[in-house]
This record gives sequence, structure tokens and C-alpha cells, in this order.
Amino acid sequence: MLRFLVRRLAQMVPLLLGITFLSFLIVALAPGDFFSSLALNPSIPPQAVEEMKREFGYGQPLVVRYLAWLWRALHGDLGISVGHRVGVLSLIGQRVTNTLILAVASLIVTWAFAIPVGVIVAIRRGQVSDRLLSLLAFLGMSVPNFFLAFLLMRLALLTGWFPVGGSASFDYDTLSATGKVLDRLHHLILPTIVLSVSGMGGLMRLMRGAILDLMRSDFVRTARAKGLGERVVLFKHVLRNALNPFITLAGYELGSLLGGAALVENVMNLQGLGALMLDAVLSLDIYLVMGSVLIGSLMLLVGNLLADIGLVWSDPRIDFTRLEATH
Amino acid sequence: MPEPPSSASRRGPAAVPEPGDFVQAGELSIEPDGRTPPRRARLQIGLSGAVLLVFYLTAVFAPWVALYPPGEQHRHSPNAPPTLVHPNSPTRWMSEGLLFVYPRRMTDTLRRRYEEDRSHRIGLRFGARGHLLAPERASDEVFLLGTDALGRDLFSRLVYGSRVSLSIGIVGVVISLALGTIVGVIAGYVGGRTDNLLMRLCEILMALPSFYFLLALAAVIPPGLSPAATFMLIVVLMSFIRWAGFARVIRGMVSGIRELEYVQAARALGVPDLTTMFRHVMPATLSYTVVAATLAIPGFILGESALSLLGLGIQEPSTSWGSLLADAQNLKNLDKYPWILAPGVCIAITTMAFNFLGDRLRDRLDPRSVPRP
Repeated sequence: MLRFLVRRLAQMVPLLLGITFLSFLIVALAPGDFFSSLALNPSIPPQAVEEMKREFGYGQPLVVRYLAWLWRALHGDLGISVGHRVGVLSLIGQRVTNTLILAVASLIVTWAFAIPVGVIVAIRRGQVSDRLLSLLAFLGMSVPNFFLAFLLMRLALLTGWFPVGGSASFDYDTLSATGKVLDRLHHLILPTIVLSVSGMGGLMRLMRGAILDLMRSDFVRTARAKGLGERVVLFKHVLRNALNPFITLAGYELGSLLGGAALVENVMNLQGLGALMLDAVLSLDIYLVMGSVLIGSLMLLVGNLLADIGLVWSDPRIDFTRLEATH
Repeated sequence: MPEPPSSASRRGPAAVPEPGDFVQAGELSIEPDGRTPPRRARLQIGLSGAVLLVFYLTAVFAPWVALYPPGEQHRHSPNAPPTLVHPNSPTRWMSEGLLFVYPRRMTDTLRRRYEEDRSHRIGLRFGARGHLLAPERASDEVFLLGTDALGRDLFSRLVYGSRVSLSIGIVGVVISLALGTIVGVIAGYVGGRTDNLLMRLCEILMALPSFYFLLALAAVIPPGLSPAATFMLIVVLMSFIRWAGFARVIRGMVSGIRELEYVQAARALGVPDLTTMFRHVMPATLSYTVVAATLAIPGFILGESALSLLGLGIQEPSTSWGSLLADAQNLKNLDKYPWILAPGVCIAITTMAFNFLGDRLRDRLDPRSVPRP
């Protein structure tokens, strides 16, 4: 197990190097930069702009700048956001919690709905409830999440039940500790629904397929032959086996949730990593872009790693050596 | 495909499950792997195909379907709500047209209120003034889906915008699948170090947080680019992120196909490697490609919409469904003029149609060999 972990962690290093270099290259290729907009601003003296350029290593060859960035990143210094004039790490730190909370909440909601419904639908396959729920799942998968966000925001505008976008109320700072938590949760409801719906449909369909597949397998026939009741067969034998691949999926889900969260954050005006990233991209704030991509990739890779660990833990049949070979 | 004997019994009384006995009752009544029965599958394929056909024809014949050019401003009717279309009585079909609307007048310029004038009718005639359905006189204005703040007809903009949104999926899929197939076939067939290198590259691309990366890539698009060039850049950028997934699947298929006897035979006969790869091995992956293409198209449409929505993709004066939705980000618009959400409905319908089509195609073409994405 330890060897497997070390190897997986070691494999992440070239991946991260590749990702960061690629992003660095892209941002460097972008036409214009943050300084060109500063230079156009008549209220800023040209000397100040020149000084800032030196400070940020501007004008040196690309590879030198990348290596300098990498060296400092390894020491935990992700540079300074040119736009915000704050350290990138602290800026990201403020935002990343919001994004993570949103992603994890959606993951929980998705699973809490998709698995029971998937089981029910599999049991009742072909019946009206199966067809109806399967159609709903399809709808959920097909509705773009930004469109769903607009629809729910419209609902919030019409009913006043939910806040329309934002992560916290205006009077957030005056609230008591419990009030703050409740306020946050209240703001979290709609984004969580938006993010959960698309994943829910897909997961439900997969669950249905997995259970139907397993129902025909030999071990189920054996279990029935020795006289076990249908409920025991379903919940103790079929469901446990059907769940295994889903543990892996959860890790990968986290990755797609991060992407989805970025879009939903921007549409629903939430203070998350995705919204920060868009700002950074629009203002060509290179270190902020790099930092966001780095943290985003890290979260994704860690999610995948957790997924594999979870799989090994849940399924004793998994062989480490084989797992290493496939990755 | 033969009608399975089960579909009759499912509707018959035998299919009614007894309490506590649900699983066995279900097992008698449906195809073993829980796929959609063929008759319903055919219906779904037909329906999705018809919807997509209508959408794509609309995009092709946009100037004929749309009543106005996409940028035309009707300054006296800003934020007009959608017009209700009424069917004419058959006696008036020849004289006035199949459908008619009531003319409207703005009664409150501040609150953008409109009132219908029930004493007049504007007939919509087939083929009038060179449009699919149009009023006889150009001075009669008809805004089927309402207008935006500048008085631009949303329906016309939607029709013209569909050209971008609908073609982006096709072009993107062609580019990314071509790239994915070439890399996948080479990696799977050649194997060894080439395979290893190519697959590591794919892994890097797949490990990227794609939306963040797409945002970063979108920043590369220079501002003053022509609409056509912007469009191509967006497609290329999205394809660049997505080909890796295809390449991996195709590589997996090819490394299996390579060992089949007919490929061995081709090699033994001295057929050049390139010919074997692309004449004999690649066609065996086509059933996957067709399904993957159908299922990947919505991803491109959504990607472009998301970018344009955030102001990074297609920009004024060109339109796409995503850029039209950008108006909805303004809460005042969302609250007072909900019809600006119409492009979102179009995106959802298109996505759903492609998903249905891909799903059913996957069931039909070899269901086992095609991995679920």
C-alpha cells in the first residue's frame, strides 16, 4: 500500500510540471499583458510601471521566468497578484474554501439522491416510475448548468425564498456565529442544486445499469439458490458490489465539479476560485492565473488519488500491481 | 432488430409485480441488460433526429427564417415581450395567412409596458417578402420571442446565433476525433516507447482542470479578431483539450485489434504499416467514433456557450446562443424580461437530442464494445 502511494505521488510530479508549464506558456502567449493596460493609465507614472515590470521579472525569456516561478512555488511562494497587490496564495486561500465547500456539498447531495433512486429504478425497470425517473435523469443531464442557474435565480427573484446569487448577505458581519453559518448555508442551497443536478442523472443511470448487470451474475443466482430473500440479495450482495466502481467515480466527479463550480460561481456571483480565475484571466494577471491553475490541478489530482485509495480500501480484490500498471 | 417477446408480456397482466417479489417479476419482463426496447428506441431516434434536422435547417436558411438581420435595432420597441401567435380561421388562410398576431404599442416607456391592439390583425403569410412566415407589409413589426434593450428581435438573433452554436459542435468533433483517432491508432499499433510518450501527453491533458484551462486559453484570443477567426480559435482550443480522451479509448481498442488474425495476416503479407493502420485497423474503431462524436457534440456547444456567456468567446456584433444569454446575467433583465432565457432552452433541447441519439446509437451499434464515456 505504501509503495503504491509513493508511486502515485511520484507520478503526480511530472503531471504538475507539464500542466504548469503549459499554462505558463499560454498566458505568456496572450497578446498584451497587465502592464500594457497600466501604461495606458495616465494617473500612473511610467517609472512606477517600469519598476513593477522589474519586480515581476518582466522581459526575461519565458523559460527563465517559468523556472523562477517554479523555484519560488516550491518554497510556497506563488508570487504576487499584479491586480490585487496581494500574495496569490492568501488570495486563493480565501476563495478555495468556498469552492471546496460547494463542490463537496454537491457531491454529497448527488450521491444521497442518485444511489437510492438508481436502486429503485433498477428494481422497477420497465415500469412507469422507471421511465419517468429515467427521463428526468436525462433532462437533468442535458440541461446546461448555467441555464439551470438562471432558472433558479429567476425562481428566487419571484418567490424571495432564496438569496439571488452571492455567497453571503450584506449584513453578514453583524450576524451572530450561528446566524453566519445559517446565512452561508442559505446562500449555498441554489448553487448546490445547480451543480448536483447534472451529476445526479448520470450517476443514477450508471447505478441502474450496474445493478441490472449484477442481477444476472452467478453469485446472485447462488445467493438466491441458497434461499436468501430478495432484499438480502439486493442490499447485501448486489448493492455492495455495485458501489465499488462508484467510489472511484466520486474522485473523478470532484474534478468535473470543480469545473462546473467555476462556471456557476461566475453566473451566480459567488466568491470562489473559479470567479477569481476569470478575473485573473481577464486582467492577464499571470501569477494569479498560474496559482489558480496549480491549485485547481492539485485538487483534481488529489481527488483522483483519493478515489484510487478508496477503491483499494473498499474492494479487497484490487491488486496494487495491476492498479499501478494501468495508471 | 427483432421484436423481443418480452415487450408484449411487460404490458400484459403477467408483468404486474407481486409485493416482495419485485426483482423476479422485473426479470421476466425486460431485456436482460435493461436497454430501451427497440420500438421506443426507434421513436426516440426519430424524434431527436427530427428536432436536430429542424434546428440545422433553420441555421442553414437563417436569412429566410429570421424576420430581421441580427443587428437591426427597433428603437421604439425595446424589451418587448414575446408575441402570441394565433391561428387564423381557414376562411382567411388565402387572404390573410395561416397565422396572425395583434399589433402592439408601448404604453409606458419607463416600465416598458406594451398593449395589444385587438382591433387590427397582422397576418403572417408563408413566403411573404422572401421569408418563411412574415407579415405582408414591412412596417408591421413582429417580434416572436420579444426584443432586447436595444429593440433587436430575439427570434432573429436566435436563428442567426444557431449558426455558430450548432456548427461549433460539428467542427469541434471533427477536429478532436481526427486528432484523437490518429494519435490513438499510432499509439496502439506501434506500442512501446511511442505509445508511452503519447499516453503520458494525453494524461497531462486529461489531468488539467479543463474549464480553468479553457479560460486561460481564451485569454490568448486577441481582441480585434474577425468573428470567423474567433470562432475557429475557440473550436481549436476546445478540441485541443478534448482529443486526449478519445485518443486513449481508441488506443485501447487498437491494441486489441492489432492482435486479431486479419491484422496479423495483413502484416504477414507485407502490407506497409501505415496502410494496415489506417485501412485495416482504424475502420474497426468507427462504431465507437460515431457514438463518441454524437455524445461529444453537446460538450462543444456547452463549452462555447459558457465562454461566450462569460464574455470570452463570441462577442458583439456576432451572436451565439451563449452570448445571447449573457444578457440574463443582469438581474434586472432576468427579473423583468424572462424571455431572454430562450437561447438556454434551445441549448437544452439540442443537448438532449444529441444525448438521446448517441445513447440509442450506442445501444444499436455493438453495445459491448463501445465503452461508456
